[in-house]
Amino acid sequence: MRALLIALLSFLPFLPAVAEETVVLGLSQDKVSITTRFDGSNLLIFGAIKREAPMPDGPLDLIVTLAGPTQAITVRRKERRFGIWVNAEAVPMSQAPAFYAVASTAPLPEILNNVDDLRHTITIPRAIRAVGATSVAQDVENFIDALVRIRMNKGQYQILEGAVRLDEDTLFRTEITLPSALTEGVYPTRIFLLRNGAVVARHDAVINVQKEGIERSLFEMSREQPLLYGILSLVIAVAAGWGASAFFRMIRQA
Amino acid sequence: MQIYLPIAEMATNALLLLGLGGFVGVLSGLFGVGGGFLLTPLLFFIGVPPAVAVGTQSSQIVASSVSGLLAHLRRKTVDLKMGSVLLVGGLAGALPGVMLFAWLKSIGQVDLVVQLCYVVFLGIIGGLMFIESLAALRRAKKSGGAPARRRYRNWVHTMPLKMRFRVSGLYISIIPPVLVGFAVGLLSSIMGVGGGFIMVPAMIYILHMPTKVVVGTSLFQILFVAAFTAILHATTNYTVDIVLALLLLIGGVIGAQFGAQLAVWLRAEQLRILLAGMVLLVCFKLAFDLVLTPSELYSVSAVGGH
Repeated sequence: MRALLIALLSFLPFLPAVAEETVVLGLSQDKVSITTRFDGSNLLIFGAIKREAPMPDGPLDLIVTLAGPTQAITVRRKERRFGIWVNAEAVPMSQAPAFYAVASTAPLPEILNNVDDLRHTITIPRAIRAVGATSVAQDVENFIDALVRIRMNKGQYQILEGAVRLDEDTLFRTEITLPSALTEGVYPTRIFLLRNGAVVARHDAVINVQKEGIERSLFEMSREQPLLYGILSLVIAVAAGWGASAFFRMIRQA
Repeated sequence: MQIYLPIAEMATNALLLLGLGGFVGVLSGLFGVGGGFLLTPLLFFIGVPPAVAVGTQSSQIVASSVSGLLAHLRRKTVDLKMGSVLLVGGLAGALPGVMLFAWLKSIGQVDLVVQLCYVVFLGIIGGLMFIESLAALRRAKKSGGAPARRRYRNWVHTMPLKMRFRVSGLYISIIPPVLVGFAVGLLSSIMGVGGGFIMVPAMIYILHMPTKVVVGTSLFQILFVAAFTAILHATTNYTVDIVLALLLLIGGVIGAQFGAQLAVWLRAEQLRILLAGMVLLVCFKLAFDLVLTPSELYSVSAVGGH
């Protein structure tokens, strides 16, 4: 974990026609660098709510989501056949985020209605798209639940209810812990302002997660020059093997 | 000390990887096995994606084989001629093996087939070796000396294309070694290992090579098959993690040297019984995993890439 200074302060009102309240966002960092010593990172998301008019009635709630790049995946279920456990049914999911955290001021079912959840794809099951999956297995729900369960155990999906602190209906802050097993890419960050279960304002920003330094060059080489990369790995392997052999012989002779 | 692996896309403890490499390296030098049959499951266990584990450990095996092979070359316990014949078969077997692997991966059954292969082969080989070496140990104790060398005359000696293998003291047809090499190449590309644990018993029990020569010759063959596999994985699947490989092989090459030294002090029968015990242990563990109800019935895999 490292402390970085405020990097982004932008004013991007969403729904400009109706918005009486807009979000002013701050991120502790708009870039996460994966270096050799990378071991996860804490991301601080904070900001304020700006109002042009007097505050409307009803309690104010906030949801912050941070999503990783989406991937096409397959979820498989094992069944016992001939006494051993084998992969049987499989459900392909066209889009599942590699990382997804949703932080809120209160439990999501209490502050978010279904219509807006569907529209903005806020809760984790909504963020996973299992298009065309229905034809394969009858209980797709179970497969989605399993995906969420597996990834939540690894810290790749996080439900952080009550993790957003809202002070005097104006200042908010939350902290999201990024796991060490982090996929490179653009991480969209969204902040939703809610009243009576409906989204009244939304603010979007992005965080770039990038490999840096030697990690970056090695990764690029493995993709762009795979043959050279493979040969390089062999040269290192042979050199290390020969080096150790020569070194030990030297020790024994000395 | 945490370190981030660029291809596996995860952070892990560098000392743990050094230790794993060292442990497997000792086995490599001692038995002439690449150690992949232990390293691959161990890497799965610490959370390395299976595809990256399989791709990377092949380059680790190259390193520990070089280290071990050099030690054996100096002691002149490598039959280069036999090794080359086995290698020809091995490379020919690796290609259809890789194709089969890709097909199994696409239907989601690769883990099962790999595990079944492990259980079946480790079980048969471990069991046979254990019984045989136990009997040999008892014989040696009774007679109070080395057992008399038997002259083997079976189907191996009746085939055409005979060739003299001076180092092994054999005059046999090249067909059995090529077939052994092919079978090992096929299996090792599916199971993601060098194949030493199949190769070593095959050399002893089918080709009747002297145990002292078997280890060095096996390392020679493994070196080239593993190098071939590493290039294949790097160019087709992009699953060779050079940082992970480096950490594993630093531990591995040092371990291999100790293993080769240890091998000098142990008797051939003891060496075989130790390897048999090791093989059976892994076999039982994998068999249990297949039969026991898994704690998580579902699994997630990426479509394309890893």
